[in-house]
Amino acid sequence: MFYRETGDFKTSYAADAQIFPIALDRWAFWLALAFAFLAVPFLIDDYWEKSVLLPFMIFALAAIGLNILTGYCGLVSLGTGGFMAVGAYASYKLMTEFEGLNIFVIVLLSGGITAAVGVLFGLPSLRIKGFYLAVATLAAQFFLVWLFNKVPWFYNYSATGMITVPERTMFGIAVTGPAAPPWATYLFCLVLLTLLGFAAKNMVRGRIGRSWMAIRDMDIAAQIIGVPPLQAKLSAFAISSFYIGVAGALYFCVWFGAVEPTEAFGINQSFLVLFMVIIGGLGSMLGSFLGALLLVVLPILLKNLMVDAAGMAPVLARHFEITIVGALIVFFLIVEPHGLARLWAMAKERLRHWPFSY
Amino acid sequence: MLFFIEAVISGLLAGVMYALVALGFVLIFKASEIFNFAQGVMCLFAALTLAGLILGYTPFAEILHTLGLPSTWMPVFPLWLAIPLTIAVMIGLALLIERLILRYLVNQEPIILFMATIGLAFVLEGIGDLMWGSDVKPLDIGLPSGASDWMLDSFDIYVEKLEVAAAVIAAILVVLLTLFSQYTRIGRALRAVADDHQAALSVGISLRTIWVIVWSIAGFVALVAGVMWGAKSGVQFSLSLIALKALPVLILGGFTSIPGAIVGGLIIGVGEKVAEIYLGPFIGGALENWFAYVLALAFLLVRPQGLFGERIIERV
Amino acid sequence: MSAESLAMPGGTAASAAGTAAPEAARRPIGPPILEVRDITLRFGGVTAIRGISFDIREGEIRAIIGPNGAGKSSMLNVINGFYHPQEGEILFHGEKRRQLRPHQIARQGIARTFQNIALFKGMTVLDNIMTGRLTRMHRNLFWQVLWKGPAEREEVAHRAAVERVIDFLEIQHIRKTPVGRLPYGLQKRVELGRALAAEPTLLLLDEPMAGMNVEEKADMCRFVLDVNAEFGTTIALIEHDMGVVMDISDRVVVLDYGKKIGDGTPDEVRADPAVIDAYLGVAHDDEAPGDGNG
Repeated sequence: MFYRETGDFKTSYAADAQIFPIALDRWAFWLALAFAFLAVPFLIDDYWEKSVLLPFMIFALAAIGLNILTGYCGLVSLGTGGFMAVGAYASYKLMTEFEGLNIFVIVLLSGGITAAVGVLFGLPSLRIKGFYLAVATLAAQFFLVWLFNKVPWFYNYSATGMITVPERTMFGIAVTGPAAPPWATYLFCLVLLTLLGFAAKNMVRGRIGRSWMAIRDMDIAAQIIGVPPLQAKLSAFAISSFYIGVAGALYFCVWFGAVEPTEAFGINQSFLVLFMVIIGGLGSMLGSFLGALLLVVLPILLKNLMVDAAGMAPVLARHFEITIVGALIVFFLIVEPHGLARLWAMAKERLRHWPFSY
Repeated sequence: MLFFIEAVISGLLAGVMYALVALGFVLIFKASEIFNFAQGVMCLFAALTLAGLILGYTPFAEILHTLGLPSTWMPVFPLWLAIPLTIAVMIGLALLIERLILRYLVNQEPIILFMATIGLAFVLEGIGDLMWGSDVKPLDIGLPSGASDWMLDSFDIYVEKLEVAAAVIAAILVVLLTLFSQYTRIGRALRAVADDHQAALSVGISLRTIWVIVWSIAGFVALVAGVMWGAKSGVQFSLSLIALKALPVLILGGFTSIPGAIVGGLIIGVGEKVAEIYLGPFIGGALENWFAYVLALAFLLVRPQGLFGERIIERV
Repeated sequence: MSAESLAMPGGTAASAAGTAAPEAARRPIGPPILEVRDITLRFGGVTAIRGISFDIREGEIRAIIGPNGAGKSSMLNVINGFYHPQEGEILFHGEKRRQLRPHQIARQGIARTFQNIALFKGMTVLDNIMTGRLTRMHRNLFWQVLWKGPAEREEVAHRAAVERVIDFLEIQHIRKTPVGRLPYGLQKRVELGRALAAEPTLLLLDEPMAGMNVEEKADMCRFVLDVNAEFGTTIALIEHDMGVVMDISDRVVVLDYGKKIGDGTPDEVRADPAVIDAYLGVAHDDEAPGDGNG
């Protein structure tokens, strides 16, 4: 009875199509956003920045990207790691070739380059479906990682094969490199996440989102009612890769600062983001956030519990972590294939009646 | 020329190893329409268990140690005992998988089943490491090793005896499986289930029993494959990555064909080796990382259902 | 049957299961808008359609009937562009049609429903019908990302059009329900709504009344007639219920084993010996054809 929509009637179609139809949701969202922008920068420290907040935001972006491709458009991709690598290396080359270019622009451009690469690797999706497409994306994954390992131009012929981010500033404050203060990197990522998050939600509830979902649900019927399959699938690849590329660029520039392709962008990363999307909820924006949150926080919790509290060896903790993540995935798929987002929606349903029982 | 033949033979033999892993996939896919991503990890798990038993590792040693319990009480098992024990473990695993996972996912879409097997792969990997530790273990079960002197002397070609042994064993396995599937009662039931679950149920075939049987057989095949790979390069985590390599094999050979898995494996094996040797020097080497997938991709564009697979006709 | 439905005078009376033939307020029938000539369609060794020719006139309701396997759905698929015939040509609005992809043909104004429902199971009723408007939505990605402004206005305008379809089909109460949860009859209605939302000139219905009980059939008949009368939509429908066919269609085409064996008004076809042999069978007493199948 406290959480409700009684009396909250929509008097226009525009109002019915809002992102947060229930007033309470809307208030909660704006409050949370205000807290994120205005309060957190003062509270944040190095640990929270590097271990929780930056990974959450970056993986949330990647999860949104993969969700668009796999959740909304039904095209399974195991190439997320490879595309993140494209974003990272694109940003590196842009930064080193164009010294004066603003970092914000660079991150967006990296996304754009990744989008182009995504379209290229997405072309097979016009002929190939389902599992087979997953294998094609694996080709992308392994090829791209190999490419960035082997072709020296990408890492500017450095002896170690690693790439390191040069310092860049926005409004006079460093956002990349070791001198960047936590609140600066945090806000940088937060601005991007907020803008791109809204953009994604708008796309998904509008024309292009509907055409993606039509292709996902029954692509033959979608074609017959007029959805051009080429545009729909390639746009899904393009936009999804854009988000994943931005995530990769941020991963390198703002979070890690120095990366090596196999470690940072290998097949494990592809699985990680896929799990976030599955556990969070395929075809749900909220799900992308929830999945990212869970899979970023869980290892930290486990580590704190097992290594710090129980004194277990880190290697052992890691094995437990793998087991538990795997078990969680199976559990979710059995219990709620639509993920945390559906559980959240069901909880809200209950809240509508609480504290009454019916 | 000699070099080329050597490369081809080496590729063929490597291909047989891939095919062994792919066989497990095909079995499970035929019977339950599930693409068992965990097959590679099952190979690893089987090999780990066998190696652990032979070498006298205590299960869950590290956990026991952390908890202060005795952790070195496991004896060394002789081979004739260890192998049946490992097979028993794999059958037990099949039972557990059916009871805890498959039973609940019966009617879900293929993509959900696929992702469940990815989760299963992670669980098995974690448990395998927790049980037997993640150090590299040698696996010596008396298979011939080293180069074949006869081939070297007669033809001046380097051929590994182990790989030949693997080819022979794989051939025997394929023949056995084909005979089993065609001529035994259970084999027939398996084919019925593969064709149509509902129809199979209606003639009294227990789906669950069939699944346990299939996953057990796949477990056995995983053991054979794991042993081959483990004998070749030690039992370690990278074994599970072979599963990923099996995917291109299946694409070439079709997901439901046993001979297809073999042919697909051979093609991938040879293709990889030849590409590495002849293209490798031009573009930096390590082509094996991605060549198989690109080859599979090229195939898919031309023939989306693989060499032996069934053509999918979409009806509206 | 709601009084608010957009029924036209004279249309509703005819739809009650199989009575008088509809008269009055039916659209005048114009020249052919679709012609198929000598269509032959083969799948490997099987010939599904052999040398079939017929036309569909503007404003009429054309039924396609025949035993199972006669090639009726394949014919619709050919008209849709989903299958490409090996021989023959198709004229749409008098012009020979090049080999087009299905989505291009949809844009020309042909919409259809399917024998086994082809709704988008992951979406609600409203969203499904909104997908019918996709060919008319043009705002590019930039505006969509922004949402506020032209894209939102376009969404609202199309929502209004979809709501009109929803009102017409009397499914307001389920507009937010995921279609997977709906009973079969309602799903068929939603599918009709999706096709209608596209405002097609030619509507292809593949067994729209299959699996329905008498009341549902009556409703569906009413909708079909109203669509034709109200919007002037030309309709081609595949149907097995002879009562429906004889009542609501203007002309009938009969197929058997991929060949055309009858073409004319319902009365002509009903009396044709070849058709009776192949499909209709002979009545054993003087029951009216509307009391059930042949």
